[in-house]
Amino acid sequence: MPWRTADSVLPEGRYYFTGAEALAEGAIAAGCGYFAGYPITPTTEAMEHLAHRLPEVGGVFIQMEDEIASVCSCIGASWAGRKAMTVTSGPGFSLMQEGIGHALMTEAPLVVVDGQRAGPSTGQVTVGAGDVMQARWGMHGGIPTIATAPWSVQELYDGAVHAFNLAEKYRLPVLVMAEAATMHLRESLTVPAQLEVYERDKSPGRPPFGCDAPDGVPPMPSFGEGERLLVTASTHNEWGFRRTADPLTERVLVNRLYNKVMMHVDDISEVEGYYLDDADEAIVAYGFTARAALAAVQELRDVGRKLGLLRLKTLWPFPAGPVKELGARVRRILVPEMNLGQMVYVVRATADCDVVRYGQMDGTVIYPASIVEAIRRTA
Amino acid sequence: MSNEWRDYLRPGVTLPFCPGCGHRLLLKHVLTAIVELGLDINKVLFVSGIGCGGWIPSPCINTDTLHCLHGRAVPFAVGAKMANPELTTLVVSGDGDIADIGGNHLIHAARRDHDITVICANNMNYGMTGGQVCSTTPVGAITHTTPNGNQRRPFDLIALVNGAGARYAARYLVTEGPALVSAIKRAIQTPGFSFVEAISPCPTQFGRQNKKDSIKAVYTYVESMAISKEGDSTGATLSPEGLLVTGEFAHA
Repeated sequence: MPWRTADSVLPEGRYYFTGAEALAEGAIAAGCGYFAGYPITPTTEAMEHLAHRLPEVGGVFIQMEDEIASVCSCIGASWAGRKAMTVTSGPGFSLMQEGIGHALMTEAPLVVVDGQRAGPSTGQVTVGAGDVMQARWGMHGGIPTIATAPWSVQELYDGAVHAFNLAEKYRLPVLVMAEAATMHLRESLTVPAQLEVYERDKSPGRPPFGCDAPDGVPPMPSFGEGERLLVTASTHNEWGFRRTADPLTERVLVNRLYNKVMMHVDDISEVEGYYLDDADEAIVAYGFTARAALAAVQELRDVGRKLGLLRLKTLWPFPAGPVKELGARVRRILVPEMNLGQMVYVVRATADCDVVRYGQMDGTVIYPASIVEAIRRTA
Repeated sequence: MSNEWRDYLRPGVTLPFCPGCGHRLLLKHVLTAIVELGLDINKVLFVSGIGCGGWIPSPCINTDTLHCLHGRAVPFAVGAKMANPELTTLVVSGDGDIADIGGNHLIHAARRDHDITVICANNMNYGMTGGQVCSTTPVGAITHTTPNGNQRRPFDLIALVNGAGARYAARYLVTEGPALVSAIKRAIQTPGFSFVEAISPCPTQFGRQNKKDSIKAVYTYVESMAISKEGDSTGATLSPEGLLVTGEFAHA
């Protein structure tokens, strides 16, 4: 069985951590054995934490010359058998897109954390969530991968473990779309004594890039194990031989890469509902903004509005089922975002009701009062 | 030199090189060095980027191979080596890949002294895209993007990596087989960062544009750009006339 129960590296208990520290410790708990990164606000603190913690637990830490080198070295480490992670923010996330595509195409498990800030370009080093569409469409080729949206320090810890597990299970880069707001937040964290960890299937002798199932995940032996692996991000057959002018090989490969995500949305994608049972209107939110949305829902519930919240824990693959179901029973959905409107378009395409955008992009978090006002204004 | 190197070609692969391409010779020299060192072939990793030079290991060599993004072979190799230090890790890729788009990674890997060997197949132009100017194209040479002749100075790659702290650096023509094999062996055996530049004539693109009408003429032309270090004790990597000095430039 690829799942195993691992003892926590941190002693079980309650901690008062920043999001950056929780993320770093979550990665260690998940078995991260290689980290490469380049300093950038707001994820530098996670990197600094790993600089001393990872070597203590037998991992490799390195600061590279840029974000491109960081993500590429992580892929090299992943193929050499270690669980690998890098952390960055908007500008670095843009630089990493080609590398993320390489990991996707060679099916190298990898965790990339984007502590989103206000963009475009260098923008502001303050809070934002402007990269959520980039997580889906940023790399060329348009094949989906997995992106999560943690909303708390606890979820940066748990979410790091979850991200590594998904990366290993589905052999792909998992994008943790964190935010400056949560990376710099300090709040209590509960560390359990044990956790479930997924270890990659290394079965030798089988093709590492193909399998019978159209949505399957082939085994992934590592370099140095005698498999004479032929790894390329060019179109390749099940053994890794380049077939860059063969339509069938490309079709088989990209359809499997697509299917292994899109045919497993129910396993991958998670949502959380609040006050939805009797709701006739709802908010769909993610990340830090969902905290403000929950407070706004509670405030408006107090004055009798039948308002609920659907929180997207996973952004991609988009949890279309729950959103569609929600759209069928409420008259209106508000989508507040720390950008000028991104996920709102997906919600609008999915939910069969009125879907209203509330975008704020000024380097500050959205306060509950702003959401309350937005709900009242659009009543 | 025996033919044992052929045992390390990946079964079923047809060599992808143009007639007269120096990369075919380099493939043979690299594998001969591996054979002569008696390395455990299951613990050898070849990493390459995009371009003709990247095809030397991938798919030709029957070890673990990692074919990377354009310009990024070195950081991929750094990650693999740090993750598993047992792997004898070699980058074999072209000059455009390693020195142009990947130049920053090259100097930083040398500076940080990762225990990898980078072999740069220098054909003095972008071959795979049809023959454009590169950071290693000699002054005056014609390419599709320098139709009046290249006016920009080329990199002296040996001086570049030595300036960045390489433990071992060597430059030879692919036609200098025994010397090049010996240099590759020394590079692999050198702890820390080592670099070998293999000057590799490109008849199809570079040769044709510079009006060399035979493979032999291309080789003569490229050979005329280099001069042996033999007898020169100055350590210079370029001759007073600007020729590429061939030989070993060890730092240790």
